[in-house]
Amino acid sequence: MANPLNQQLLKAVSYKDKIKEMREILLANLVMISEIPAPTFGEERRVQFILDRFTESDLDDMSRDESGNAIGLIRGTEGEKTILLAAHVDTVFDDTVDHSVRITSSQIVGPGVADNSLGCAVMLTVPNVLKHIGLKLKSDVILVGVTKGLGRGDLTGIRFFLDNFNKPIDHGIMIEGAELGRLSFSSLGMLRGEITCKIPDEYDWTEFNSSGAINLLNEIISLMQAIPMPTKPKTTITFGAVHAGKSYNKIPTSGSLRFEIRSESAEMIESLNHQLEEIVDEVSSKFQTEVNLEIVSRRTPGGIGFSHPLTKIARRTMESLGVNPIISPSVGELSALIDKKIPGVTMGITHAISLHTNEEGVKLEPIFAGVAQLIGVLEAIDGGLCDE
Amino acid sequence: MEDFVMSKKKSWLDTNTYHHSDFWDLLKLIKAKEEKGLKISLCIPTLNEEKTIGKEIVIFKSELMKRYPLLDEIAVIDSGSSDKTLEIAASYGADTYLSKDILPSQGFKPGKGENLWKAIYQLTGDIIVYVDADIKNIHPRFVYGLVAPLIYDEKIKYVKAFYDRPLAFSQGIRPSGGGRVTEILIRPLFAMFYPELASIIQPLSGEYAVRREVLQDIPFPIGYGVETSHILDVYRKWGMSAFAQTDLDQRIHRNQSTIALGKMSFGILQSFFKRLEMDGSIDQLPELNKIYKHFQAQESKYTLVEHKIQEEERPPMSTIQEYREKYSL
Repeated sequence: MANPLNQQLLKAVSYKDKIKEMREILLANLVMISEIPAPTFGEERRVQFILDRFTESDLDDMSRDESGNAIGLIRGTEGEKTILLAAHVDTVFDDTVDHSVRITSSQIVGPGVADNSLGCAVMLTVPNVLKHIGLKLKSDVILVGVTKGLGRGDLTGIRFFLDNFNKPIDHGIMIEGAELGRLSFSSLGMLRGEITCKIPDEYDWTEFNSSGAINLLNEIISLMQAIPMPTKPKTTITFGAVHAGKSYNKIPTSGSLRFEIRSESAEMIESLNHQLEEIVDEVSSKFQTEVNLEIVSRRTPGGIGFSHPLTKIARRTMESLGVNPIISPSVGELSALIDKKIPGVTMGITHAISLHTNEEGVKLEPIFAGVAQLIGVLEAIDGGLCDE
Repeated sequence: MEDFVMSKKKSWLDTNTYHHSDFWDLLKLIKAKEEKGLKISLCIPTLNEEKTIGKEIVIFKSELMKRYPLLDEIAVIDSGSSDKTLEIAASYGADTYLSKDILPSQGFKPGKGENLWKAIYQLTGDIIVYVDADIKNIHPRFVYGLVAPLIYDEKIKYVKAFYDRPLAFSQGIRPSGGGRVTEILIRPLFAMFYPELASIIQPLSGEYAVRREVLQDIPFPIGYGVETSHILDVYRKWGMSAFAQTDLDQRIHRNQSTIALGKMSFGILQSFFKRLEMDGSIDQLPELNKIYKHFQAQESKYTLVEHKIQEEERPPMSTIQEYREKYSL
C-alpha cells in the first residue's frame, strides 16, 4: 500500500476538508469575478481583477502579456519543471447582460458562473489553497487567465502565451467550471466556419426560377448533408446557425450559414475542408452569385492516450474522491497544448445548471472535491508521478 | 424668484467627505485598528432578504474577516423573516439573531430601527457598522469605506454613506443628491431648521458606522425616522464635526414605489417635529395625526386607503438596566 501513488491518492482525499475551510474565500472570488463581464475580446476588467488578486496573494511574478492574458507565478523550491494551470477568462455573455449573481445555501446563480467564472475563481484561489494546506511544490506553477478563447477568439490567448512564454511548459491542467468528472486528454479535429452568399443587385430573377439566398443556402446544406460521414474515425457535422431574410415575401439577397465539423482524424478534416470548397465553387458558378467560405477556427486532433501516466493519475485521483471520470475530447484550450506536444488534461470543478443561460448556476457542495482532485493531480505531476 | 448662491463656507464638506478609494490600503487600516485596540461589529438588519443576504455574508466574511481581519463580528438581526434569510446567513457563518430574542424584557416592536437598537446590546464592537441587506452590488468598500474615518480620526463619531458624488461633468456641475425623499423633504427641512446639516449628501442612506459611545446615548425610532433622528440627535449633542461621509460609488437596490415613499415621509416628519419641539424651535405643536391617507384608483372609482404610522422610539440604550450591567456603566 505504501507505494507513492497510493500515498498521493490518500493525500488528495485529505485535502477536501481543508479546502472546505476556504469556502468563503473561494466563493467570494467566484462572486466578484462573475460580476465582471468578460465577453471574448472584452476581458480587460476581469484580467485586471485577477492580477489584483495575484498581487494580494503575494505571487512572485505577475504580468499581463500582449494578448491580454493574466499571468502569475508561484515559484517552486527547485523550479526545474514548470506546470501550467490555466482557465479561460471569457464567457459567452456580452456586457449588456446584468451580471449580478445570487447565492442560496446550495448554489450560485448568474450568467457565466459555470463557464468559466468558476474555473477562473479556482485558478486564482490556488495560491491561497496551497498555503492553507501547507503544500510547497518543487516545480514552478504558472497561473494563466486566458483571453480570447471562445468563438472567433479561436484560442488566440493561450496560443500567444505558449508561443511566447520564456520557459518550456512541462505539463498543463486546464480548469473548467463544469462538469465535475470531466477529463479531457485529447482534442478532436475541428473545423468551424461560415458560408456567406450575396446575390448581385443586377441579378436576373426570371432566369433560374430561384427565390434568393435561402434557396441557395438550402442547396449548400443539401450538398453538405450528402457527404458521407464515417463512424470510424468518428466524424460529425453540426449546422449551428442560419441567417437570411426579413419578411414573408421579400426575396433575401444575402445569407449566412455557420457550421462545425468534428472528427477524430486530421485527414478527414482536410478532406472535408476540400469538399466544402468544391461545394461552394459549384453553387457559386451554378447560380452566378458570390458564395464565400470562411474558416474561423481549426483544431488538429491529438493528445496523450488513455494509458499515459497523467491520464491514469487523474482518473485514480477522481475515483478516490468519489468522482466518476467522464472521458471526453476537448476543442478548447487543451488543443493548443496538444499542438505544442505538451502533456495536459482538462478537468471540471462542479455540476452546472442551465449552462449558457442567464440562470446558469453551479452547485456548491461538489466544488471541494473538484478542487481537491485538481490539487492532487498538481502534486502528482510535481512529484514526478506523471512522467512517461 | 430664486438666486443660486454657491457657499464659500464649505470647510466641513471639504475635510470630512471621503471617497472609499481613500482607504484602499486595507493592511494599513488593519494596523491602525489593532494599534488602537478597536473591535468592530457589522450588523445587517433583515426582513425577508434571502435573495441578497448570502452574497453579502460571503463577501464580507471572505474579504474583511479571513483575508483582512477588519471585522470581529458579522451579525444578522432579523425582524421575523418568513423566507430563508436566517438559514442562508447562518450557513455562510454569520451570527444570526431574532430581534425579539434580544433583551426580551423590553419586548419586541417590528421595525428596522428596533433591530439597530438591539444590536447595541447584542454586539460587542466599539464601532458598529450597519449595512442594509438589499444591496445587489455588494463589495467590501461598503464596510471599510465607513469604518476607516472612525479608525483614523478619533474626533469623528458617525460616518454616513452616500452614493452619488458631485462631479464636474461635460455639461458643467451636476446637481447631486439623494433619493426623492431626501430632495423634496429632508433637505428643505434641514435647510430651514438646521442649515449646516444640508452638507450631508444622503442623510437617509441605510449604511453608516458609529462609535458605541454615541449609539448608546441616542434614542432610536423603530421605523422610518431612525436615520433622520440620528442625524439630528448627533448634531445637537456633538456638533457637525462628529460627522463624516464617504462616497461608496454606486449602490444597486430595489426601487420603492411613490406610495411607499409617502409613508416613509409621514414617519420621518413625526420624528422631525418631535425634535423641533424638544429644541423649542416650534411652539404649541398640536397633537400630530398618526393616520396616513392616500388614494387608490380603479377605473373612475377612488378609494381612500389609511395606514396607521406611529413612530415609536426606543430610549437611549444607556438607560436600559441590562445594558448598564453588561457594559459596566
